[in-house]
Amino acid sequence: MRPATREKLHSLPVDDTIVAVRGVDKSYGSTEALRGIELDFPRGRLTSLLGPSGCGKTTLLKIVAGLLDADKGTVMVDGKAVSGPGPERAFVFQDFALLPWATVLRNVAFGLELRGVPRGERDETARRYVAEVGLSGFEQKYPHELSGGMRQRVGLARALCVDADVLLLDEPFSAVDEQNRRKFQEDLIRLRNTQNKTFIFVTHSIEEAVYISDRIVLLSPRPGRVSQIIEPAIDRSGDPERIRRDRHYLDTVEEIWQGLKQYVD
Amino acid sequence: MNSVRSSEGEALLIGGASQGQAAGLLASPALLRLLSIVLFAAIWEVAGRVPVSFAFPTFSDTAVAFFGLVADGSLPKAYVSTLQPLVLGVVLSALLGVGIGTLCGLSRAGEWLLVPVFIVLQAAPVAAFIPLVTFVYGIGLTAKTLAVMILALPVIVLNTYKAVRNVNGSLLLMCRSFLGTRRQEITRIVLPDASPVIFAGLRLGVAAGFVGVVLAELLITPTGIGDLITFHRSRADYAEMYATIASIIALSTLTLVALQWLETRVFRPEKRGR
Amino acid sequence: MTLFGRRVPAMASLIFWGVLWEIVGRTGIIFILPPLSDVLVAAVDLVRQPSWQDATVTTLRAFLIGMALAIGFGIPLGILMGRVRIADELLGMWVNIFSSAPLSALVPVLMILFGFGERTIVAAVFLFAIWIIVLDTRAGVRHIAPSLIEMARSYGASRPALYGKVILLAALPEILAGIRLGLIRGVKGVVIGQLLVSIVGYGALFETFSRNFRMSQFWALTIILFGFALLVAALIERAEARIDYYAGARE
Repeated sequence: MRPATREKLHSLPVDDTIVAVRGVDKSYGSTEALRGIELDFPRGRLTSLLGPSGCGKTTLLKIVAGLLDADKGTVMVDGKAVSGPGPERAFVFQDFALLPWATVLRNVAFGLELRGVPRGERDETARRYVAEVGLSGFEQKYPHELSGGMRQRVGLARALCVDADVLLLDEPFSAVDEQNRRKFQEDLIRLRNTQNKTFIFVTHSIEEAVYISDRIVLLSPRPGRVSQIIEPAIDRSGDPERIRRDRHYLDTVEEIWQGLKQYVD
Repeated sequence: MNSVRSSEGEALLIGGASQGQAAGLLASPALLRLLSIVLFAAIWEVAGRVPVSFAFPTFSDTAVAFFGLVADGSLPKAYVSTLQPLVLGVVLSALLGVGIGTLCGLSRAGEWLLVPVFIVLQAAPVAAFIPLVTFVYGIGLTAKTLAVMILALPVIVLNTYKAVRNVNGSLLLMCRSFLGTRRQEITRIVLPDASPVIFAGLRLGVAAGFVGVVLAELLITPTGIGDLITFHRSRADYAEMYATIASIIALSTLTLVALQWLETRVFRPEKRGR
Repeated sequence: MTLFGRRVPAMASLIFWGVLWEIVGRTGIIFILPPLSDVLVAAVDLVRQPSWQDATVTTLRAFLIGMALAIGFGIPLGILMGRVRIADELLGMWVNIFSSAPLSALVPVLMILFGFGERTIVAAVFLFAIWIIVLDTRAGVRHIAPSLIEMARSYGASRPALYGKVILLAALPEILAGIRLGLIRGVKGVVIGQLLVSIVGYGALFETFSRNFRMSQFWALTIILFGFALLVAALIERAEARIDYYAGARE
């Protein structure tokens, strides 16, 4: 196993880019959230945006999602400039954003419902993804009857259900307890291997980023800029439990922590 | 949810870019408030000029009428007579209401006996009692004061009761753990802790008192503001009538705003974490 | 009823007050207060009379029309204020003023604008009820988690879908609370309106009873009115409890 490759900025060669961010700036009033972001996200991989709070990682994700407009610069998805939300991208929310008045099944099918897919068809698809995330038997429950971890599984199933190429996950496990989070991370690795999708994952947890990511984009705060791109060379084919004891995993976590330490107040 | 996130949410809630810019141009709340008042007056003026009804004067006519009423002394005179039952009724309601409410909050028996009555009185249209009051107390100051109290008392009692009943439990435990007496518990913990909600109840009581005094003067005998309204209506001086009504609504609003200002100044709810 | 978390039915003390009323009424100390039993007999008698039935139909119709208008205009206005800041800034002040102003002073204006009839009562109900519905709807829309709206947008919700499937439902608990408070205010509006117009519905009956000193009937009518007001509030509260199952889980 070779050590983690670390190179400056976006000079790392990317064979097949699905999402390209070009010169994106974003300010809220007088606060500069992002400055000059240049990034390529490779197809079929899981890329994490990692950084301390205030580095604009969620803002960047929402710009990619088309939920926020950049002040300057563009985001291209499959060569087309983003001007708003689109069917090729699906978002998973930090606070789950489930409809409290709808059952699990209807929540999972909500993306399809908005697209006008007929009831029978969308329920069938939703049922499949409810099973995929391990919630079979909970189809008729309401969100408040589920634990935090289960609610986020509903959010994930909803995103999978619309069959988008790019999944955008905004700190999806931060409101989930530690045990569920670990299980989730393992599931995500499995999902990444089985589903042919691109994942863009925002997190503030170094361990989480190193554990699940093919690629980690480190952002530095005030204003948010890309400070480093890291590709942890960790073999994720075997038992996911083993990774947490992998020497490269531990070394990479330590390296990133040394780099981020300076931003802790 | 951290503050950065919610401010992003705010930005989104405003909606499209064009709306966002429009809001940015008029970001000053004072300017917007002024614009809001000017727009209201302009719409009133236009509606009066159309006119929507023969009995709908323009804003400018109403304003002229208002200054006329102030100049000839009839409006100040009317307020002298209207404010008597209002102030008397509100003060009596405040004293009585805070007393009864505290009693209900502290004593289980008081709660059981009295709270349902005031719940009924607050939900029900007690204005129906006002004609009855006239039977017992005639048409004088007493009847009008009682009319004010009928409307103002329930809300003051219920707010005080709720505030006293839901006093911070850990503060009570703290007081007990430092060997505070029951008396100290009430004067040093319960009443100070309940005071913001009690004051909010008093403010609602004042609002209800205004409703009561206007009703009393329209229903019992025309005096004060009620007399001015009835008199100018009978003479079809609609501008004067509107000016009188606008003045009582304005007075009530200004009183409530002043009380709210006092409330935030004195009790600083943001520092109480309420 | 566990309104105050108490085992004794909270409203049971009203029975005590009823008994006290009966006793005081029988002694005849307070001349406007006949015994409760007389009032109840009068109430049973009253509901059989065509004059009461006509008055009830008139009153209910005015109340229902006024409430329908207040709800129909109030909810869209509240949603507009909750979503569009400029509308909120321009209208918020006036909605707040009217929600706590002595609106009874405006009833004489309604009388000359709409005549001495049912239309004035409808207008009074509307005027009393709408503002709190607007305020609560606005608060409900403001309290919707931003992520819920972002979620709908990210899945490509059209404008009607965003409002119909997400915003309206997410704000529903507050909207219903607003309607409940609006109904209570509407009942006050109908009574105040009729008392002031005094030739329509219950207002005319109150006028007749008090002028001829028919106290039993006067109290009977008051009790019926109070009962109606409380019934309306209780019904809406029940509807609120039914949707509360998710309101508690919205954080």
